[in-house]
Amino acid sequence: MTTVLAGYVLALADDALVAAQRMGEWIARAPQIEEDVALGNIALDLLGQARSLLTYAGSLHTPVRTEDDLAYLRDEHEFRNVHLVERPNGDFGVAMARLLVLSTYQCELYDRLRTSTDPTLAAVAAKAVKEVDYHRDHATQWVLRLGDGTEESRHRMQAALDAEWPFVAELFDGSYVDAALLGAGAAVDPGGLRPAFDHRIAGVVAEATLTLPDVGPAAGGGRRGEHTEAMAPLLDELQGVARAHPGATW
Amino acid sequence: MVESEPGRREWPLYEVFVRARRGLSHVHVGSLHAPDPEMALRNARDLYTRRQEGVSLWVVEAALITASSPQEKDAFFEPAADKIYRHPTFYDVPDGVEHL
Repeated sequence: MTTVLAGYVLALADDALVAAQRMGEWIARAPQIEEDVALGNIALDLLGQARSLLTYAGSLHTPVRTEDDLAYLRDEHEFRNVHLVERPNGDFGVAMARLLVLSTYQCELYDRLRTSTDPTLAAVAAKAVKEVDYHRDHATQWVLRLGDGTEESRHRMQAALDAEWPFVAELFDGSYVDAALLGAGAAVDPGGLRPAFDHRIAGVVAEATLTLPDVGPAAGGGRRGEHTEAMAPLLDELQGVARAHPGATW
Repeated sequence: MVESEPGRREWPLYEVFVRARRGLSHVHVGSLHAPDPEMALRNARDLYTRRQEGVSLWVVEAALITASSPQEKDAFFEPAADKIYRHPTFYDVPDGVEHL
C-alpha cells in the first residue's frame, strides 16, 4: 500500500515539478514585466506543490528519500509526469492554452483530493486548490483576450489549443492509480474529473469565440516513465547543478 | 520589451491603490502596465499584495487622473500658508477625550 501510494503521489508531484520548470523558463521572456511576475508566481506555486508532494513521496520510501533526492537524482524513466507539462514552450498562446488545461484539471483534482482519507494529501490539496484556481483565472483571462482579440491573436490562440489538445487525454487516464488507493478513498480517479473539466473548458473556448479541437489523443506513457524527446534537455537543466556538485548546500 | 516594434501598441499605465485594512483609506502604492482594467487588477494583486498588504485594490488608468500642475504649485497651495485660522489650534482639548 505504501509503495502504490508513493507512486501515486509521485505522479502528482512530477506534474507540478516539470510544469514549474517549464513555466520558469518564461521569466524575462513574457510580453511585459508584469506578466513575468505573474508567470513567476505561478511557477513558484507549482514548485511549492511539487516540494510538498515530493517530500511526502520520499517519506514513504525505505530508506527515506528527500525532495532533493527525488527531484535531482532520478533518471528520466523514473519521472511520472504527463507529456503535456514537458512539451517545449511555444509562443505565449501555447503557454496559456497549456496552463488553462493543466490548471482546470488540477482545480478538479485538488478539489476532490481535499476530502482524501490520506491526511497529508488532503492538506496539500486544501492549500493548492486556491493557488490553481488563480492559475486557471489567469489563463482564462488571456485565452479570452487572445481568442476574441485581433485576427493574429485569434489565429495563434486557436493553433495553440489545437497543438496542446492531443495531450489532454493522458491527464484523465487513471490506469496508473491503484484500485486499492481508490477503494480506500486516498486517491482520486482522474477519469471522473473529465466531465467537469470538459464543461469548464467548453465555456472558456466558446466565450473566447474559439473552436474546441477535434483531434485524437497522443500516445501518452508519461505515467509509465516514457517521455518525449523534450524531457532529457529539461532534466539536464533542472538537475545539472545538483549532479555536478553532489550534496552541495547554500 | 521592444519600444518601437511596428504595429505593437503599448499597454496603458494604471495607478494602483491598496487598502491595508478595513477602516483605512486606499493608498497609492505604485503603477503598472496592463492591457485593460481587469488584467490591471490581477497584475496589481501579483505586484502589490504578495505579502498580504491589502484587503482591497483599486486600479485607475493613469490617463484618467486630472492632476495639479507642478508649475502652478505656488498659486495653488501657498495662499493656505498664512491662514492659520484653518488649523484647529485655538481651543484646548478637554481631558479624557481620547479619540480626537
